[in-house]
Amino acid sequence: MLRDITLGQYYQTESVIHRLDPRVKLAGTLLYIISLFLFENIAGYIVAALFLALVIGLSHVPFKFMVRGMKAILFLLLITVLFNLFLTPGEALVSLWKLTITREGLHNAVFMALRLCYLIIGSSVMTLTTTPNHLTDGMEKGLRPLKFFRVPVHEVAMIMSIALRFIPILLEETDKIMKAQIARGADFESGNLIKRAKAMVPLLVPLFISAFRRANDLAMAMEARCYHGGEGRTKMKPLVYRRRDRLAYLCILLYLGCKATVGILL
Amino acid sequence: MKLPRQERNKMALTVEHVSYIYDPDAPLSHKALDDISLTIPEGQFIGVIGHTGSGKSTLMQHLNGLVKATSGHIYYGGRDIDARDYDKKELRSKVGLVFQYPEHQLFEVDVFSDVCFGPKNLGLERGEVERRAREALAKVGVPEELYDQSPFDLSGGQKRRVAIAGVLAMQPEILILDEPTAGLDPKGRREILDQIRQLQTQTHITILLVSHSMDDVAEYVDRIIVMNGGKIVYDDIPRKIFKCYRELEKMGLGAPQVTYILHTLKENGLPVDTDITTIQEAADSIMQALDSFRITGP
Ligand SMILES: Nc1ncnc2c1ncn2[C@@H]1O[C@H](COP(=O)(O)OP(=O)(O)OP(=O)(O)O)[C@@H](O)[C@H]1O
Ligand SMILES: [Mg+2]
Repeated sequence: MLRDITLGQYYQTESVIHRLDPRVKLAGTLLYIISLFLFENIAGYIVAALFLALVIGLSHVPFKFMVRGMKAILFLLLITVLFNLFLTPGEALVSLWKLTITREGLHNAVFMALRLCYLIIGSSVMTLTTTPNHLTDGMEKGLRPLKFFRVPVHEVAMIMSIALRFIPILLEETDKIMKAQIARGADFESGNLIKRAKAMVPLLVPLFISAFRRANDLAMAMEARCYHGGEGRTKMKPLVYRRRDRLAYLCILLYLGCKATVGILL
Repeated sequence: MKLPRQERNKMALTVEHVSYIYDPDAPLSHKALDDISLTIPEGQFIGVIGHTGSGKSTLMQHLNGLVKATSGHIYYGGRDIDARDYDKKELRSKVGLVFQYPEHQLFEVDVFSDVCFGPKNLGLERGEVERRAREALAKVGVPEELYDQSPFDLSGGQKRRVAIAGVLAMQPEILILDEPTAGLDPKGRREILDQIRQLQTQTHITILLVSHSMDDVAEYVDRIIVMNGGKIVYDDIPRKIFKCYRELEKMGLGAPQVTYILHTLKENGLPVDTDITTIQEAADSIMQALDSFRITGP
């Protein structure tokens, strides 16, 4: 049940997308998300969908894994759609009792939902094809210019990589503790809100304790290996752009061009 | 093995052709359990042995309905536990499962309330809950001074006992202990195992003891189930199991130390009984062999 959360979970396989430099993927995802919010029209969304489909095809990750990430935001999606559908003023299409669906509302709801879906799937592609370590490596190197403004880039990257690394571990731990408490007769599923919140105590206390214990162990292990921040630290596999990365940048630019042209012209 | 219904009733638990796959969609999925069948009669003390990843914990979680089999059936008291009208909560009070590293599940402010958690969930009244908690804590040898302490201030072995008491307090008919000695020092292991044996001889409760150390179980259990790669490879009384110690070694298991000593002695001409599994019996056998030597002369 808890395994449905795909964000931050790497899918191991061999593909061009997996081999790309993480900086390309980060920049690509960012640009893609921005592009979703610019030049909105049907043709633009079709271009965005085609591009996404192409990347998914190249990534060799089964489509179901992308959709898994959607389950987590289904609720958010539903609310967005409903609010847009009923609360946008404009030309009425259907009237049900006090609620009216307007043409603008329908338009907004559909596009908002599409945009959210693309956004989630787009970022899932990145996290599914890039190991957390790679991702933070890319972030660290990509954001290095910010160092001039005294942004602790290395530290932030390290914190992120640890946080990402811990997501699956803590999920597994949650699963285990939950099972252990269910075996002792705990009930996480029935009762009203207050009862359910109370039922979480036997889950949360051990979980926090275990998280602190792990954090402590990790800190100790890092110190034992003489970790002292980013200063003078070298990489075993430094990131270098290769031909395929330049090609990928080109593709992204091409996509942006397409999207803009279609958006402006149609 | 398909048993007639009445037969099943006499058995506490029956597992029929159970297979289980974690995460069937994942790129690297494999069968964690592969066509497991076994019966667990009442009152038996069973050791479940297997190398890391052989599926022991997975199987144990099936037995109280925490995990639903991908295929196959499990019957408790003759009824299919996956039937829609089956009360899982009731099952969990009858089949108590103590997880690997159970101390990680402690959460209450003091030891006593933590042990009360299980029976309280059964909906018992306060007096009964406390009576059971006291009884369970006494059974696992936690002294009364510790009742008011925070469970987090205890030693590893003490925490483990408290966690076991937490399940015992539900008064299950079958007690499953998943590696109760993992991560304890030799003295702690001995103590816990002795306590478990005492519990078994006193109450005749059915116990499944999961371990990957033959030495842990050899002395105590009536029957050993050996698992490897999600399958049951042996299911027999200890002395028969250890006869195949060469095969066991291939699975990364091996036999208890006594078996090796006795075999070496025999190979070197001392007429000892190599089927023996406990240290006491082995000592007796060696003394006997030595005596016969003295009488007849080498
Ligand atoms: N939560 C899980 N998700 C996916 N796979 C799992 C999970 N738990 C166990 N497995 C896999 O199932 C198989 C059996 O695991 P299981 O925990 O039952 O082994 P075990 O015999 O208890 O091992 P150990 O002696 O280490 O406790 C292993 O191959 C493991 O990788
Ligand atoms: Mg295990």
